[in-house]
Amino acid sequence: MGERTTREIYLGEGSGTGSGSQHLYVNMGPSHPAMHGVIHIVAELDGETMVNADVEIGYLHRAFEKECERGPYNNAIPYTDRLNYVSPLINNFGYASCVEKLLGIDATERCNYIRVIMSEISRICDHLTCIGASAMELGAFTVFLYMIKAREYLWELVEDVTGARLTISYARVGGVKADLPEGFALKVRKAFKETRQVLEEVHKLLTGNRIFMDRMIGVGALSREETIAYAITGPLLRAAGVAYDVRRAQPYWAYDRVEFEIPTGRNGDNYDRYLVRMAEMEQSMRIVEQALDAIPGGPINVDSQGRPMDPASYVDLGKQGKTEGLLLIPITLSPNLAGLEKPVHQQVNVADKRVVLPPKEDTYGSIEGLMNHFMLIMEGYGIRPPRGEAYFPVEGANGELGFYIVSDGTDRPYRVRCRPPCLPPMAALHRMIQGEMVADVVPTFGSINMIAGELDR
Amino acid sequence: MDGQSILLRLMTTFGGRIVETHAHRGDHTAVVERSAILEVLRVCRDDADLRFDVLMDLTAVDYLKYPGREFGPRFEVVYHLYSLPHNQRVRIKVSVEEDGAHVPSVVPLWPIANWFEREVWDMFGIRFDGHPDLRRLLMYEEFQGHPLRKDYPVNKRQPLIGPKI
Repeated sequence: MGERTTREIYLGEGSGTGSGSQHLYVNMGPSHPAMHGVIHIVAELDGETMVNADVEIGYLHRAFEKECERGPYNNAIPYTDRLNYVSPLINNFGYASCVEKLLGIDATERCNYIRVIMSEISRICDHLTCIGASAMELGAFTVFLYMIKAREYLWELVEDVTGARLTISYARVGGVKADLPEGFALKVRKAFKETRQVLEEVHKLLTGNRIFMDRMIGVGALSREETIAYAITGPLLRAAGVAYDVRRAQPYWAYDRVEFEIPTGRNGDNYDRYLVRMAEMEQSMRIVEQALDAIPGGPINVDSQGRPMDPASYVDLGKQGKTEGLLLIPITLSPNLAGLEKPVHQQVNVADKRVVLPPKEDTYGSIEGLMNHFMLIMEGYGIRPPRGEAYFPVEGANGELGFYIVSDGTDRPYRVRCRPPCLPPMAALHRMIQGEMVADVVPTFGSINMIAGELDR
Repeated sequence: MDGQSILLRLMTTFGGRIVETHAHRGDHTAVVERSAILEVLRVCRDDADLRFDVLMDLTAVDYLKYPGREFGPRFEVVYHLYSLPHNQRVRIKVSVEEDGAHVPSVVPLWPIANWFEREVWDMFGIRFDGHPDLRRLLMYEEFQGHPLRKDYPVNKRQPLIGPKI
């Protein structure tokens, strides 16, 4: 008979007592209020202690990889929106960049900066959601509301640029759908001012909060070695003290031209993960501000005849019969809705006729443009990268997001593989919660920031 | 060590067991014989000059309908490795025949391979010898077939499961 713990003595448990206590199996999920997605944890409990856990995923599987093989290259872009639906822009750009690597082309400088700006705004949205939700689950509902308020400001920016909030489909192979709208830099500064204020408030509410610290410090920790062995990247790896960030290690787009720091933690527990995410948001804002200052091409020029007018109001006026004045106004399509002005189009898209649709003025105005358009749209033609394979990693909000694409020389990807950043932490979740209390599952799970869309694909 | 010398190092260490190397679009790749895969990956992880300590990704490709490869080995299992100390990437591939497709498991080297290999088994039906718990990862147990194989029709219906009434 071995040593009995105090607990066993008091409760009459353990070997040799004859109490016959046994482990209890409890299902958490697939539908559980503290789970941000559908996931199933089969927990083996000894009292309230987690002895072992089996994590089951796949409830949100939508055959992303199979669907990508069915259509032309650009058809996969809307599917990538639905991978990580909190920061869809990063997935969008990651996929487009991978196809560009396969083709051997580089996006324009302005496009690179747009990708950096929009990715960083998305990253802040993602971190805000993650911290807000996990704080709410620990009882700090105010923080959640503040964070969602800040996210709203940022999503308005996303809406301004892409025309949608969630399913944005903004990237294209070889460029982006449209240029940044007028006055965007000003709006960003305003939104960031509000966001910084919110972050400061949240710092005061959470960072030194006794309850929050008690629930987070030392909970869900994973050693540095184990984090690496489980291929965990992103904030979780940095919280364990490894300053690995794809943006710094292997810079892509315009990340080598902006200055930022990589915040790291030491203990790899939930509290360090929280601190790393909080610090990263500030760094992301720094990056966006620098990129907005450095972005080449400048704003869209407005000609002296008239401002860019959006087609919707043009049609509205026409419907009301106010056509006299309208006929005198030269029609300039807004760059973000119906069409693209030629110079803007050339600024954000590569000049490669094999890849990018011509500006609408060319499609409708010249036979070459029309033919070029058809060559990219017709079945069996389209974007046709040479045979080969490419892997392109970007720093997603939760870690390294990689796309691995195999091309067979046709207009459809032969195989698209997405390396989801939150699969490795989920595979290691059972190690993080082993030996901890049932209640600790909730903050640990929150700190992973699982997004079922990219986990199950 | 740059990508080219990593490949050179592997070739001098393993000789003929490295079937092919290339660096398409700057991604350094080595195709390895199946019997040598575990050893190659172990050297990649432990060799002081290589130190590929992260198994970034493990996946497979079905080459059944790839032009020019219809008769060759059907599958390829692809390992993407990353080295934190040296900031290098390398891709290791191993060809797998269709009949009783199986590869040695790399769970002893990296625990993350557990889930990655379960996913490959689920999607491609490639078995991993020595895997501790080779269950489906994304699909359910009663699912028939392996959906990412090229001969699995996109519109195939699966039998309904659930309690019989």
